[in-house]
Amino acid sequence: MPSAQELKQRIEAAIPGASAEVEDLTGGGDHFRAVIVSNAFAGHSRLDQHRMVYDVFGEEVGGPIHALSITTQTGREP
Amino acid sequence: MTDETSNPIRDAIQTAIDDHDVILFMKGTPDAPACGFSARTVAALQTVGAPFAAVDILPDPRIREELSAISAWPTIPQLFVKGELVGGCDIVTEMYEAGELAQTLGVEAPEGAPAEAPAAEAPGPAPMGIENRLN
Repeated sequence: MPSAQELKQRIEAAIPGASAEVEDLTGGGDHFRAVIVSNAFAGHSRLDQHRMVYDVFGEEVGGPIHALSITTQTGREP
Repeated sequence: MTDETSNPIRDAIQTAIDDHDVILFMKGTPDAPACGFSARTVAALQTVGAPFAAVDILPDPRIREELSAISAWPTIPQLFVKGELVGGCDIVTEMYEAGELAQTLGVEAPEGAPAEAPAAEAPGPAPMGIENRLN
């Protein structure tokens, strides 16, 4: 069962320069909310930014990770 | 459609996307959403007054599988406008909060409309229950 801390580490490891805050919404290890800030999002549509995050987890999203609510932000500073 | 490589479910989904300017694939129906994310997305669409078609993906797991294969998007709900994926609950909610959703859905007053016209004249939602066509 994935933990919020595990999701945070995997996002930050996979997306360059990413800083992630991940919350387990239910405490059950399957509904998460993630806020991710990364300059890697710059120039990408919101759709592609969210896909970049989903891609970190592949088929786990919809499987063990039942729900992953995503907010992406581009860092303002280098 | 007896060809072995044909995929009637995927074809039906693609046809539904092509045939409806605004179509939401969701869990449950607009009147009875079966998931909080679907409910929130329906509420945003209804608030901006966008007519939309809705497909319940729950009756057959293959609907979700084929939909995600088409859209390269892993979660439900999924909103399509004019054949293009707009996003899921998070993106629709963000667009709603940013005031972008009505324009994307084409329900904003036209450019030439009188400036003093009230903004809330959009038609009410007319969700079409087309889930049965995918079975």
